[in-house]
Amino acid sequence: MSSGTTTEPAPLSRRDRRRAGRSHARDVVYGVVGVIGELLITLGVLLFAFLLWQLWWTDVVGNRAQAEIVAELPFEPVPTATPSAGVPAGPVIAPPRRDEPPVMAEPVHGTTFATMQVPRWVGEPERPISQGTDRATVLDVLGAGHYEGTAMPGDLGNFAVAGHRTTYAKPFNRVEELQVGDPLVIRTTDNIWYVYRVTSTQVVDPSEIGVIAPVPNEPGALPTERFITLTTCHPMFSARERFIVHGVLDYWAPTSDGIPAELAGGA
Amino acid sequence: MYGWLWHRLPGPAGVRALILTVAALAVLAACFLWVFPAVAPFMPFNETTVGE
Repeated sequence: MSSGTTTEPAPLSRRDRRRAGRSHARDVVYGVVGVIGELLITLGVLLFAFLLWQLWWTDVVGNRAQAEIVAELPFEPVPTATPSAGVPAGPVIAPPRRDEPPVMAEPVHGTTFATMQVPRWVGEPERPISQGTDRATVLDVLGAGHYEGTAMPGDLGNFAVAGHRTTYAKPFNRVEELQVGDPLVIRTTDNIWYVYRVTSTQVVDPSEIGVIAPVPNEPGALPTERFITLTTCHPMFSARERFIVHGVLDYWAPTSDGIPAELAGGA
Repeated sequence: MYGWLWHRLPGPAGVRALILTVAALAVLAACFLWVFPAVAPFMPFNETTVGE
């Protein structure tokens, strides 16, 4: 399209310009695709980091926090036998009591009022139980939580407790190992042991609130027994169903009498 | 994106790599401390209670 002769560089011919335009468009497309690709890779890395956080880091933080909570509970010391002639030093076994157990009042939301130990779960630490079952203030930060309005330990009715089975220190990770007759040992900040025994397990829909009724699975019935119920998720890493463990009180004992035989090993 | 970032950073390659590493760790720390805990309640697992 140039007319006449000049000393300036010749302007681009139409074909050159078209070619330049096409390669510019190609650069833009490649640039956009490249950025999208990099964003997707970044997203993938972040998702992996989230998994790491959820599956590992919440356990690290949770175990540390829950161990600290248990260590700071105002438990009175449990007596130990002083070594004397023929009697080795060691724990004193509390005689089981099956009379009317003392029952503490429901504490305010978020208060840790008890711990749970399960001899079947060898290697598991003593876990705190706090009042309330919402995740943000109890289950994710304090460990297992007591359903508000259900019975307190030792009371007639159903002492119902929820806990994570995976993540957040997973206090109920090993519920499926429990067998009928296994002891669940609760210790309250009123310094009482309550030894429950597993009677049954079941898998239910999340809407089955009857499992935490005063008489499990019989809503409206008046309780004449002292039940315990644990609820957690099922299957693992899913919210589809709930794994439920039911138990009934075997005996109680003040902690000043010693420790339950179930915690001394071999029982 | 990352290429553009690389060209905008000052210093020799070693310094740039160091800056990017520190930035990546900072992003990861922010995720662990604030982002992931905020997102976790919306994930479709980890519900342990009945009746809600």
